Amino acid sequence: MAVPAPEQAYVRFEGVQKTYDGETLVVKNLNLDIARGEFLTMLGPSGSGKTTSLMMLAGFEATTAGNILIADRSINLIPPHKRGIGMVFQNYALFPHMTIFENLAFPLSVRKFGKSDISEKVRRALDLVELSAFGERRPAQLSGGQQQRVALARALVFEPELVLMDEPLGALDKQLREQMQYEIKHIHERLGVTIVYVTHDQSEALTMSDRIAVFNNGIVQQLSAPNELYERPQTSFVAQFIGENNKLTGILQTVQNNQCVVTLADGTTLRALPVNVGETGAATLLSVRPERVVVNPPKDPGFNAVTARVEELIYLGDHLRLRLSTCGTDQFVLKIPNAEQHPTFQTGTTIEIGWRVGDCHALDA
Amino acid sequence: MTTIALKHENTASLAEDPRTLKIRLAKAIRRKRINAFLYVLPLFLFVFVAFALPMMQMARLSVQNGAGGDILHRSQVAMKDWTGSDLPSEEIAAALVADMVEARENRTIGKVATRVNYSLPGSRSVITGTARKAKSLQAPYLEALATANPAWQDPQIWVSIRRAIAPVTPDFYLAALDLERDMDGNVVFVEPERQIYITLFVRTLILSVLITSLCLLLGFPVAYLLASLPAKYANLLMILVLLPFWTALLVRTTAWLALLQSQGVINDIFVFLGLIGNEQRLQLIYNATGTVIAMTHILLPFTILPLYSVMKTISPTYVRAAESLGAAPSVAFFRVYLPQTKPGIAAGCLLVFILSIGFYITPALVGGSDGQLISNFIALHVQRSLNWGLAAALSTILLAAILILYWLFNKLVGIDKLKLG
Repeated sequence: MAVPAPEQAYVRFEGVQKTYDGETLVVKNLNLDIARGEFLTMLGPSGSGKTTSLMMLAGFEATTAGNILIADRSINLIPPHKRGIGMVFQNYALFPHMTIFENLAFPLSVRKFGKSDISEKVRRALDLVELSAFGERRPAQLSGGQQQRVALARALVFEPELVLMDEPLGALDKQLREQMQYEIKHIHERLGVTIVYVTHDQSEALTMSDRIAVFNNGIVQQLSAPNELYERPQTSFVAQFIGENNKLTGILQTVQNNQCVVTLADGTTLRALPVNVGETGAATLLSVRPERVVVNPPKDPGFNAVTARVEELIYLGDHLRLRLSTCGTDQFVLKIPNAEQHPTFQTGTTIEIGWRVGDCHALDA
Repeated sequence: MTTIALKHENTASLAEDPRTLKIRLAKAIRRKRINAFLYVLPLFLFVFVAFALPMMQMARLSVQNGAGGDILHRSQVAMKDWTGSDLPSEEIAAALVADMVEARENRTIGKVATRVNYSLPGSRSVITGTARKAKSLQAPYLEALATANPAWQDPQIWVSIRRAIAPVTPDFYLAALDLERDMDGNVVFVEPERQIYITLFVRTLILSVLITSLCLLLGFPVAYLLASLPAKYANLLMILVLLPFWTALLVRTTAWLALLQSQGVINDIFVFLGLIGNEQRLQLIYNATGTVIAMTHILLPFTILPLYSVMKTISPTYVRAAESLGAAPSVAFFRVYLPQTKPGIAAGCLLVFILSIGFYITPALVGGSDGQLISNFIALHVQRSLNWGLAAALSTILLAAILILYWLFNKLVGIDKLKLG
């Protein structure tokens, strides 16, 4: 379900740059189009510029250069309170001196809605997040998950077309986080609002987004749908950041027919899919997902086959994890689903492993 | 075998009588409480001896009538049932003469005479003069006294004596509120030109409110700046705020003398800038203006510190959230930021108000006559006029006023909401 880059962008970043100290750019030349109704996630490690980009969109940080447009209108000079963008903050930022009802009524009352209108809209928003009974409580009397939902309802209650979320689930425990991911996703589907979501949690990004923009060092490394991002990473950073990954460095020998030959440091020769490689003779990084490696591969020209020594066995319930030494590394990982008839292994033994040429991506070193 | 035995022991200790468990718990808690009490005991004793006892003594002084009752002890007993509406009985007169003879021998009659003179001016000479002849007076004493001095025919002096020698008197409290008892025992206001204390209480209250508001007005932006600046600048600013605490109060107040006097720095600057002519130098000191300026300066840190400690805990995200929800910056400030600073505002204002209501040194030095506060008059009566009863009554009223304010504050804001830092 790869979503193509939208023709009609609702939100558009045009050559946006940001620097705080006048020396280093936190965001370097950001160009990004977000379609109406899209769920776009900005994913990246801390300091990659994703939160800064979000804050510029919200209006809390000024752009150093470039333009941000919403519906073809530049918003650079519009103050945050006139942008009409809903926002969910990292620590919810629920006003502690107001009840839940008053918190939700706040955006409506500053917009001078009538009293009955306000209570109707607040009631609907509370229904949406299933907290109808909590209107008279104070934020401190609610659990983390409930506060999170109130923050969500507050950002939606004035019916903005664009909602920003800055790591909204960061403070929740794992189980609640997963549950909230689905809830946010469903609300998005139901209301059709455009959501720009910032997180450093890749599984969160994969679960919820239509498209993901992976940030590193102030640059968007790749902008793709989740499956595309996982299965066809364009750069070694993306391959390493998203999901688990076996990395093998080698020298590019030949490239032909959408296949390349790479020699590793220990002399092993492997065939791979050239995704992002330089000239012949240049260094390259091969990336293979642990779950795409099979034991006893079929004798097939479409497969790479090597021998490996089993170093460590870890039982993880739903799958078995093997650490192998092969191809000049002892950190090669292999995942075997816990099926009824999976083979048994012993540490110290030598096994045959292999993977499809197409599952092995040659990337920039 | 061993495992079984172990198991058995475990169950035994668990199944122990629950009552013994409770007793043990109670013992442990009691030990903790005793420890806690021992920690505070020295301070508690110190506060009791050095603070609570003197306060009680002061409260006693404010209603105690002094030594008159001991000196004229026979009269005190004899006058117990006298109504005071008419001349006293012969019995009372006899007791008074006997007391006078004794007091004259002990040279204590002057004390009583002075005290009676408080409530009946001119009676001092009547009493001392009669006491001189007391030994030679014969029964019937009432007539003998009248012969010695006709003033004794007037019930007024008898009533005054009775008031002076009664063990407990409301006179000091009445005086502290510009009231007195007339000869018929009615409570009335003293003549307008003798009324000072009510004006003084009102002035103290008004100046304290003014100083508190000024401190809040000046301190709030500073505290906000302190809380929002990055640490390295905030620390420097904090040192500047705390600097006054490292200088003696007297030095700071004296510095204001140099600044505010009519030939002082401030006036010089005004004249230099041409704002005022050399002959129109402003009177900024030795009046209420001086008191307000100097006290605001001295008490300012007491507003800033509690405000700062509250503001420090308010995340800037709240204001951002409010703005993202559509509130203009001013609306975000008044509806989201300001309400959250309430505990700091309350603490700062209460602190400054209570401190200024009892402030002494600064008004004494820069206040002139119309910048004097109630505490200056308390000091006057303790040090100069030696009317300790009146000083005690004034102090007790002041203390009661502060306690009432504190109670009101607790009712309106809640002491538990207070944040002092």
